[in-house]
Amino acid sequence: MKKIIRVAALGGAVALALAACGSAPEDTTETSGGETSAETVDFKACMVSDAGGFDDKSFNQAGFEGLTQAQDELGIEVASVESAADTDYTPNIDSLVAENCDLIIGVGFLLEDPIQTAAEANPDINFALVDSSFSDADFAPVTLDNGKPILFDTAQAAYLAGYAAAATSTTGKVATFGGIQIPSVTIFMDGFADGIAKFNEDNGGSVQLLGWDKATQQGVFAGNFDSQDDGKNIGQSFIDQGADIIMPVAGPVGLGTASVAQTAGNVAIIGVDADWFETTEYGPIVMTSVMKEIGPAVFDTISEAVDGSFSSDPYVGTLENEGLGLAPFHDFESKVPADVVTKLDELKASIISGDIVVESDASPK
Amino acid sequence: MSSQTPAPLPDAQVPPPGQTGVVEPTEESDGGRRILHEMLTSSWLVSVLAVVLALVLGGLLIAAADAEVQAAASYFFSRPGDLISAAWTAVSEAYAALFAGAIYDPRAETFARAIRPLTETLTVATPLILAGLGLGIGFRAGLFNIGAQGQIILGGIFAGFIGFTFDLPFPLHLLLCVIGAALGGALWAGIAGVLKARTGAHEVIVTIMLNNIAIYLVAYLLSIDAFQRPGSNNPVSPPIPDSAAYPLLLGSGYRLHAGFLVAIAAAVFTWWLMERSTIGFRFRAVGSNPNAARTAGISVNATYVWVMLTAGAFAGLAGSAQVLGTERVLTAGVAASYGFDAITVALLGRSKPLGTVFAGILFGALRAGGVVMQARTGTPIDIVLVVQSLIVLFIAAPPLVRAVFRLPSPDTPRAPKPVVPVTAKEVSA
Repeated sequence: MKKIIRVAALGGAVALALAACGSAPEDTTETSGGETSAETVDFKACMVSDAGGFDDKSFNQAGFEGLTQAQDELGIEVASVESAADTDYTPNIDSLVAENCDLIIGVGFLLEDPIQTAAEANPDINFALVDSSFSDADFAPVTLDNGKPILFDTAQAAYLAGYAAAATSTTGKVATFGGIQIPSVTIFMDGFADGIAKFNEDNGGSVQLLGWDKATQQGVFAGNFDSQDDGKNIGQSFIDQGADIIMPVAGPVGLGTASVAQTAGNVAIIGVDADWFETTEYGPIVMTSVMKEIGPAVFDTISEAVDGSFSSDPYVGTLENEGLGLAPFHDFESKVPADVVTKLDELKASIISGDIVVESDASPK
Repeated sequence: MSSQTPAPLPDAQVPPPGQTGVVEPTEESDGGRRILHEMLTSSWLVSVLAVVLALVLGGLLIAAADAEVQAAASYFFSRPGDLISAAWTAVSEAYAALFAGAIYDPRAETFARAIRPLTETLTVATPLILAGLGLGIGFRAGLFNIGAQGQIILGGIFAGFIGFTFDLPFPLHLLLCVIGAALGGALWAGIAGVLKARTGAHEVIVTIMLNNIAIYLVAYLLSIDAFQRPGSNNPVSPPIPDSAAYPLLLGSGYRLHAGFLVAIAAAVFTWWLMERSTIGFRFRAVGSNPNAARTAGISVNATYVWVMLTAGAFAGLAGSAQVLGTERVLTAGVAASYGFDAITVALLGRSKPLGTVFAGILFGALRAGGVVMQARTGTPIDIVLVVQSLIVLFIAAPPLVRAVFRLPSPDTPRAPKPVVPVTAKEVSA
């Protein structure tokens, strides 16, 4: 036993030594940073995550990608702090204020109060807030001169997904569930429900939605955004009830649902936030995804601030400005009826033109 | 429950490596050696060294996670100096930022701003001290109460509800909220106490389960109208009005609030309770030997209930510090992980009031400093969690710490030798 350990240790040491044998880089006498790809701009953009962290495969990560893109393409300085708990928001924002950030972006509605307080206390710094707007002491909406809400009318894209799902389902049952019942989640489910209703209305169909009732605003929620086991259990119960298309609006919880859907064989998943065909390992069973382009929205906000054209007008992502979108059908192109694809384009055009208004209690006002 | 000498308490703030300042064998007199021996074998020293050791290992991790260090490591043999200097830069900058975020920020423009980190440390320490005191009482009575997290949440729910629902004048409103918080925490812990006393249900399991129930309870409550902020569908309560909030101690530029005074008062009360009162004597007697206590006429079951009620009340006060002081709002995450961190705080403080206060401040410093460390040097906040966890690990294994620093075991008769190697060993870090 001892010998094995010794051999292993020796092997490890040799491996380390070999790994360390590379040659040292030439001493470069860089005087100015003139050779970097982008011009260096005197601007510092900073970001605070919510308790999910920047590796949540969901909106924190998407926001962070926008920040990274701005660093690469605009040549600005960036800083980011991850929050481990709700109690970290205020100190984290405060530490970024002390770091002389020019723009501070908070990701998630939980940062509303801390961002608003900081924006009022630091009028010379600009702030942005993803997924929530600001409100005053009487809970009425309020505009801050240096605070920009970044919102998404996600129901529009979810509507298209609902229509496509209803048209594609062979069992006549589709399902959705949420992580926690908050507006940025239920807005997906409302739009999805309306899309299915639209399909039923147009085609005299009777496709049923499991897991969400738009009228009563009641439905199935995992109660968290991290337990894949919950996603498996909820997914399995939907499959047992006959659903063949499921849209989990619960971040990583949905990956659990995708895994039971894959096992079941004839069940498809609709991804959320990003194109799950690209970002997850369940590509073949991902019918489409409701995409919320947080990264580009963050990038645009930063570049406006760099240009000096920062405004406190809310950014609202819609189908029209491509802040929202329905991902391609990828492997499902053959399974979605062709007339449905044309119909979806028509619906999208009607939503953009305003002929169809997708309404949700959770829509940005 | 070994008798504790009130050894000159080594600084509980972050001691820079090589400067523990404990072991300077200048006095060769017998008395000096005796004191030295007591210090070396006392659990205080082990606690402090555990912290030092954890910081050293944390430093190694910071270096290993640093991109420049990784780059320099690939050509270690052609230019070893690069690796060493890169590692030194990474670690020293990270710990300097930690210090700047926890105690005093030399880069700040004004003195008020420079001293702010210290107040942040005390603010974060407040709930840790309060919950840690409660847990310490339980530990000394032989109850391993894991339920501070749930008790903090219940305290927060009670304090918050009374705070944002009723409209009362200032001192009365605050007082009611604070009492409500203590009752809420006591109620939650009392369930575990009664179950233990009546049915023998193990408190570890019951309190862990009660934590989960509390987490889902607050999530549910924040979805109903009575708790939700009007005009919002988000799970956030209305803010706490000024009449129910702990007053700020140093004005609006700082977050430090009167909850800290409550924590200090609670520490003094705990000392009195455990060392001077009859009830505290019963607590300790049951903790030392329940059978002997029973023989002596102490009702062990009743004591269990009282211990849990007291511990829960302290944890509930920690919840009040969060909801009425630091955050001024009830959210599902208002307790952060303070209930679990407080277990470490109580262990590090050896379940004694003074020790808990210092351990709470140390953890507050790590938390507050970790924020700035992350913002300034990009060191992940997880390092702070690793350091905290390593502290637990080393405290749980005193022989390991003694072995690393070549300290004598408390069981062996005092030996004159083992004094010298310590300083050398520490610096090598």
